[in-house]
Amino acid sequence: MQPAYVVETEQLSKFFKDKASKTQITALTDLNIKIEKGKLTALIGPDGAGKTTLMRMICGLMVPSEGKLTVLGRDITDRPQLVQNLLSYMPQKFGLYEDLTCQENMNLYADLHGVPQDVRKERFAKLLHMTGLAPFTGRLAGKLSGGMKQKLGLACTLVRSPSLLLLDEPTVGVDPLSRRELWEILKQLVSDEHISVLVSTAYMDEAAMCQHIIMLNHGKVLANETPEALLDVARGLCFVAATPPGIPARNLQAALLDDKENVIDAVPESGNVRFTVHSTDCIEKLAALKAFPGLQTWPVDVSLEDSFMMLLKKSETDPDDSPEFSLEYNKMPERSDQVLIEVRDLVRKFGDFIAVNNTSFQVHKGEIFGLLGPNGAGKSTTFKMLCGLLPATSGVLSVAGMDLRTARAQARANVGYVAQKFSMYANMSVKQNLRFFGGVYGLEPRHLNERIEEVMREFNLTSVAQKSAGDLPGGYKQRLSMAVGLIHRPPILFLDEPTSGIDPVARRTFWRQITAFAAAGTTIIITTHFMEEAEYCDRIMIQDQGKMIILGTPEHVRKEGGNSRTMNEAFISIVETNRNAGT
Amino acid sequence: MFSLPDFTVIFMNDFLRRLKALVLKEYYQLMRDSSSLTIGIIIPIMLILLIGYGLTLDIKNVPTAVVLEDASPTVQDMLSFMTGSEYFETHYVTSMREAEKLMSQRKAEAIVRIPSDFTSKLKRGHADIQIILWGVDAATARTAGGYIEAGIAQWQAANRANYPVASTGKGAVVVTSRQWFNDANTSTWVFVPGLVVMIVTLVGVFLTTMVMAREWERGTLESLFVSPVRILEILLSKIIPYFCVAMCGFWLCIFAARVLFNVPIHGSFLIILFSSVIYLIASLGMGLTISSTIRSQFLASQIALLVSMMPTMMLSGFMFDLRSSPLVIQAVGHILPATFYMELIKSLFLAGNNWPMIIKNCSVLTLYAIFFIILSFKVTRKRLE
Repeated sequence: MQPAYVVETEQLSKFFKDKASKTQITALTDLNIKIEKGKLTALIGPDGAGKTTLMRMICGLMVPSEGKLTVLGRDITDRPQLVQNLLSYMPQKFGLYEDLTCQENMNLYADLHGVPQDVRKERFAKLLHMTGLAPFTGRLAGKLSGGMKQKLGLACTLVRSPSLLLLDEPTVGVDPLSRRELWEILKQLVSDEHISVLVSTAYMDEAAMCQHIIMLNHGKVLANETPEALLDVARGLCFVAATPPGIPARNLQAALLDDKENVIDAVPESGNVRFTVHSTDCIEKLAALKAFPGLQTWPVDVSLEDSFMMLLKKSETDPDDSPEFSLEYNKMPERSDQVLIEVRDLVRKFGDFIAVNNTSFQVHKGEIFGLLGPNGAGKSTTFKMLCGLLPATSGVLSVAGMDLRTARAQARANVGYVAQKFSMYANMSVKQNLRFFGGVYGLEPRHLNERIEEVMREFNLTSVAQKSAGDLPGGYKQRLSMAVGLIHRPPILFLDEPTSGIDPVARRTFWRQITAFAAAGTTIIITTHFMEEAEYCDRIMIQDQGKMIILGTPEHVRKEGGNSRTMNEAFISIVETNRNAGT
Repeated sequence: MFSLPDFTVIFMNDFLRRLKALVLKEYYQLMRDSSSLTIGIIIPIMLILLIGYGLTLDIKNVPTAVVLEDASPTVQDMLSFMTGSEYFETHYVTSMREAEKLMSQRKAEAIVRIPSDFTSKLKRGHADIQIILWGVDAATARTAGGYIEAGIAQWQAANRANYPVASTGKGAVVVTSRQWFNDANTSTWVFVPGLVVMIVTLVGVFLTTMVMAREWERGTLESLFVSPVRILEILLSKIIPYFCVAMCGFWLCIFAARVLFNVPIHGSFLIILFSSVIYLIASLGMGLTISSTIRSQFLASQIALLVSMMPTMMLSGFMFDLRSSPLVIQAVGHILPATFYMELIKSLFLAGNNWPMIIKNCSVLTLYAIFFIILSFKVTRKRLE
């Protein structure tokens, strides 16, 4: 008899030993879930929730610490090889051999799975057609774009029809168009071949396409429902507030988000602000009404993101110790036409590979300027050139009126930079780091001490001043990085992918800070691969495969993208229009 | 009904099919990845050329100032070995001051001073020659001093009849260095067999560690593990190609030894080949063990360098004779399989078949090979923790 569930867990727990501190880290506790056969199941939750650990245990790469785990009717700890023969798994890094061509990668997996030659021919033709990789079979996997790598990774796991397909965050950092294409393939597979699929994802629009959703947070199950049932959590509690003219949407969003008594979550959307409340009568009591009398609000349909954020915020038991950044919500931003950053015909080549192609833009004083695009689009390369970390192949670059080619040091003195990776000295204390970087930026010792006290107060770091930077929790680390970037009061702040790898709640807090800095007159340039974060920016530039696709206000971009509601849709529409125009 | 042989056939088919696919993959990667090719082919060739031609303990064209305070025909005759010799570049001067000036300008590495009463003293059977050496380069100075003493001793020996009682009192020393003097190629001959050890170690441990750790690091093993592949197949697919690469390096060395440097092989070539294969298997096992334990390419390569390449160069007797090292260093050297292999190879090349040693060292190497292969299977698990 075939079991009705492909995965069953009973009180499943997983602990890791942290070698450095000799403490036990809990990845998963007392998990009781059942994953149904023949269905598309989504595993959602913020980074560090335990999604990857669960995936790895299901395919026998990790051993459960406690409890029982049954996969395809077998205890996984018994003989994992028998289960591994039947299922396919695509790890986060895709697991492709970059020195092998697409065809060779697929052949390798077909050989390992023992797919007979006659079956293989038909299967390969189907997979290549579905993934659109047919023209690229002879290309090395390392030379494919992120979206194509992801599809090839999927094709390799599907050389034969597996009983269970596990995909670990297959779409992280991949462009929205490729993401949509991947999901079309997945949906087709489930309907054609009745494969059971478990896919972990950070994108709620993807989870919405699944038949079942399991939500994890801190190693515990927060929800185990159908998407419909999950929507009920926030149904009737979702509203949109209209942004008053002349005010950035992020200011209104900040006003709503700060009103913790009434509002659970708020996020800018299509120029307005979408928010969820504790109960319907909260809408009358909104604190934002004080700053914005006559604020118009209206109810909207619930989305999965609303329910997700609601469950997440309710499950967070830690007291919120994030610093308060005071902000006059209704203050009109001072617009000036002074160009702080000028980029003309910027080109950067690595060998014969063009990473950034003919890019031109200007950033005005007091703006939040966003560089958006999928991984490998050229954002980071553009960014590094702006910061003077990488010389441009050709083109003009000036920061605060200084040419980066001739006056790199002076241009840098005007700039605060927060790198994507945590780049503080891990074994120095918070205060020592601040003192060191302050010294590097040339602050006078007497003035420096005052400034250190000031930023520590501002970023709520006083309580951890003597702790080693490496031992801080994630949120503190990011605040320390920001404090260091701002220690010399730069008029311009560069932020490289500050929101990747942090959970949605922390992302809200982060943007709340940025809103305050912008209101205080700091010019901010930020890169992100989350398209929806464009809504926080005054103007954005979207890049794809080294080319600048579009430049303008978020409103302009949405309009150009076929009057799309979201940035994702706008991106897809613009890329498709460009490609059609090209052919 | 199944009969047992059928099962075996099916198993063997699956096993061979998967192994073939993995070895083919490894071959493509090796051919396309320039860093692997560099370590496997280019570095061995460079080592052969550099160490074969460049690394020699012999010195040539030593600039020497000769102070002829006594320029009698006897002295001229005694020093004739210096003129026209490729080992010396002589400057004849007449005063010590001139010679010292040359040395302080680094135009002379050695000063040979013949005192004015040399000939007369020689006839009485007791003559002195002063040799001053530029002691900053101690090794060069010692060798140069040895050359000069040897040259004079040679002349002395030839003219023993004329000056029967002549003695500078340095006889014993002179005779030992005489060998070096006459046989300029000796150090190349010693180094080239050692080169075989270096290159087999380089490919066996270092390259294998790199390629296996790369798979751990890039996450390719993660998806490979969740397939019907067995650990045996994964490890064999690493052992087979790199065994071949290392054997290429081995033959390259043998070719270079015979053709370029004319190193004799006094012992049995078959035993050289046999012991090399055993040592190579031990190296591969060591490389796989390191990479499966460390799993980060950078760290694993550092460890491989530290436990294989460096000690092979410093402690195995490649550069320095282990017998003259302190006991602790000797003990450390004898933990390494390379030391046993080095001893064996050198004696097979230069001395001949020394059966008790061949049997002892081959047995030790076999034990190492078995130990490391078993260990590599123990530490490589289809697990990510």
